[in-house]
Amino acid sequence: MAGRGRGHRTFSVEIVGIGKGESLPPSSVQPTPLFPPLDQKPVPLQTGEEAEYMLALKQEFRGAMKTLPFYIRPAAPKKDVERYSDKYQKIETSDNSLEWKPDWRRFPKELRVREKRPLRDPEKSKVPKQTKQPRVNKEEIIRKLETLEQKEEEGSSDEEEGQKKKPEEEEAEGEEEYDEEEFEDETDYIMSYFDNGEEFGGDSDENIDEAVY
Amino acid sequence: MTAQEVRLCGLLLQEHFGNVVEKVGTHLIRSGVLNLRALAHETKLPLDLVKKSLCVLVQHGMCTFGAGRRGPAGPVEYRINCEHVFHMLRYPRYIYTAKSLYGDTGELIVEEILQRGQMTMSSTVKTVADRLTHNMPEGQSMDYSEVVSVFSQLVETHFLQRCPPLASAGSSSSGAVDTPLPVATQPTEPENHPDCYKLPYINLTGQLLQSKHSSHTKKLFSGQPLCGDDGIYWQVNFQRFHLHFRDQAIISAVSCKLDQSSSEIVRTMLRMSEVTTPAHAAFTQALSANEIFRALLSSYNIARPILDQYLSLLVDDPMEFVGKTGDSGGGMYVVNLHRALANLARATLESVVQERFGSRSARIFRLLLRKRHLEQKQVEDFAMIPAKEAKDMLYKLLSENLVQLQEIPKTPDYAPSRTFYLYTVNQLPTARLLLQNCYKTVGNLIERRLYETKENKRLLEKSQRIEAILASLQATGAEAAQLTEVEEMITVPERQQLESLRHHINKLDSSENQVDETIFLLKSYINSTQASH
Repeated sequence: MAGRGRGHRTFSVEIVGIGKGESLPPSSVQPTPLFPPLDQKPVPLQTGEEAEYMLALKQEFRGAMKTLPFYIRPAAPKKDVERYSDKYQKIETSDNSLEWKPDWRRFPKELRVREKRPLRDPEKSKVPKQTKQPRVNKEEIIRKLETLEQKEEEGSSDEEEGQKKKPEEEEAEGEEEYDEEEFEDETDYIMSYFDNGEEFGGDSDENIDEAVY
Repeated sequence: MTAQEVRLCGLLLQEHFGNVVEKVGTHLIRSGVLNLRALAHETKLPLDLVKKSLCVLVQHGMCTFGAGRRGPAGPVEYRINCEHVFHMLRYPRYIYTAKSLYGDTGELIVEEILQRGQMTMSSTVKTVADRLTHNMPEGQSMDYSEVVSVFSQLVETHFLQRCPPLASAGSSSSGAVDTPLPVATQPTEPENHPDCYKLPYINLTGQLLQSKHSSHTKKLFSGQPLCGDDGIYWQVNFQRFHLHFRDQAIISAVSCKLDQSSSEIVRTMLRMSEVTTPAHAAFTQALSANEIFRALLSSYNIARPILDQYLSLLVDDPMEFVGKTGDSGGGMYVVNLHRALANLARATLESVVQERFGSRSARIFRLLLRKRHLEQKQVEDFAMIPAKEAKDMLYKLLSENLVQLQEIPKTPDYAPSRTFYLYTVNQLPTARLLLQNCYKTVGNLIERRLYETKENKRLLEKSQRIEAILASLQATGAEAAQLTEVEEMITVPERQQLESLRHHINKLDSSENQVDETIFLLKSYINSTQASH
């Protein structure tokens, strides 16, 4: 439409109010500045008890949310070189389970994360010691092993309930994660062999008299 | 979802739930509806992290799930509810309102439920009683029944409501059966559930006692984890809070425009129609002047003829807050809710133009709002502003898109020499434009605050460490000399820097709160226009 009439200018700016020969403001050839100078200064913020209280509420809420289990942190980044001891170090707490217990009846089933077997501290640690003691009667050993195995399963299921994780009813035991005891079976060294010295010096407050090497 | 809205949602999710949830949430907003596998694949995050993020979002009511397009046999699809994410901006206002209506107990109840998304009544009562007892002096304790009574009040006035059950699981199922999920396109409204506001019977006996010997509180209740309300979760009823805020805005507008007594009358009228008026109604139920007089609190000291005068004053006011619908019972009066909202939005727009462009531009803007369509010449004449300046201001407003040009052709070929060009302002699109500006503003404020915090991270960490050292020293009873020595570890310029940082962050936070008030007003206005159509 704009160029059809030969030589006729179809849009006359007089209509919009710009007279002939009037100088228009210069056209801008660069993007507007990031912080342009303001002709009108903005109105000051509201102050008063209500505004300050709400400010405090906001900051407290933000701080509180960071401590709640709903704040999900990404997994820790990998170290530069894979070390042999990584395989035997304790897996960090950023595991697959949620730190809070949702009511799974209100969630779709597929969101339920497989729970790791918790480290069975008191029950399981007794087990290998008891198996080491009697070397006399092989049958006794086998029987004891079986009873202990059963106790282990009950004990671990009790522990799971006690630790606020719902018992997996018919679901297969799935991927058992390695835990410390099984590590111990695989290597010939005790677990503290693989300490990389990060916790060294932490107990220095207790015994100042002894020289620390 | 506009770009600014998506950006703001992302920032809010990041602040409250971390980067992982932010990534998942933003991607889900952009894609609309997705199932779990697709989401994990597209965000390239490990599946477990995606599952955890979705759990967090569902827990807080920001994500809904349902059977997808392939029906109940197909994978579950998830969708984000953006409005819910924006409500996070308003959390301090909700908590403050609960405090002003129901005291500290109400404040803590609402705060706990907002932090955790959904909670059962028993766990809320226990946690709140814990916190209150913790703050009380030694020997006193918080009785569970007090907290329960405040909770019941919150439910009766509909500020809290039950979370809607999954559509098929009407009764408390064992959860092992694979119940079919509701279709994702029809969310179950919490109000449709008949027991929405019914309190369960819970069995919390005993009360907390503070042990005099240690600073820990000992709980002496009947130790059963289930208190009779298993499976009944409560959430904050945002809509009810919004109605309350709307009423507050109308009352304060009346008191600004007229006077205190008329605002009290309007407050009484709104209070009387709280339960009878549905949420999206254009005006309240008609109330007769006799009823209003009876319901007025005696502290206001308004006599009957004075009331009549005030009511006629309110009806005649051009803002049209109150309307007269009949003459029976001394006159039937209603509060025009939608019209009040429209007027409040209009006042907001006018004030924005005035503060940004000056009072003469505001005069032009108001003129165009009232007279709808005006030519260039008419604008100059009516506004009594010289032509050149009027032109300048109009073009500035036009470039900011606050004013539009409307073409009225005289001939069908739209020839410019034979077309009227009229300036006009449309309130609704301008309100939408300003709302997007507000979202962008809040996004900028949050980003600036994050930037400031990041720049001074080292300094903040140092000051936190020193505070921790000071606290531990004071707990173990150190001398004043040691304390001052530790305090001096922060140098004076660093202290000043910290002070100015705190000042900046406070300013940015209060600005967010204030912009959120404008957002609320504009959004209520826009929603009210949509509801009536």
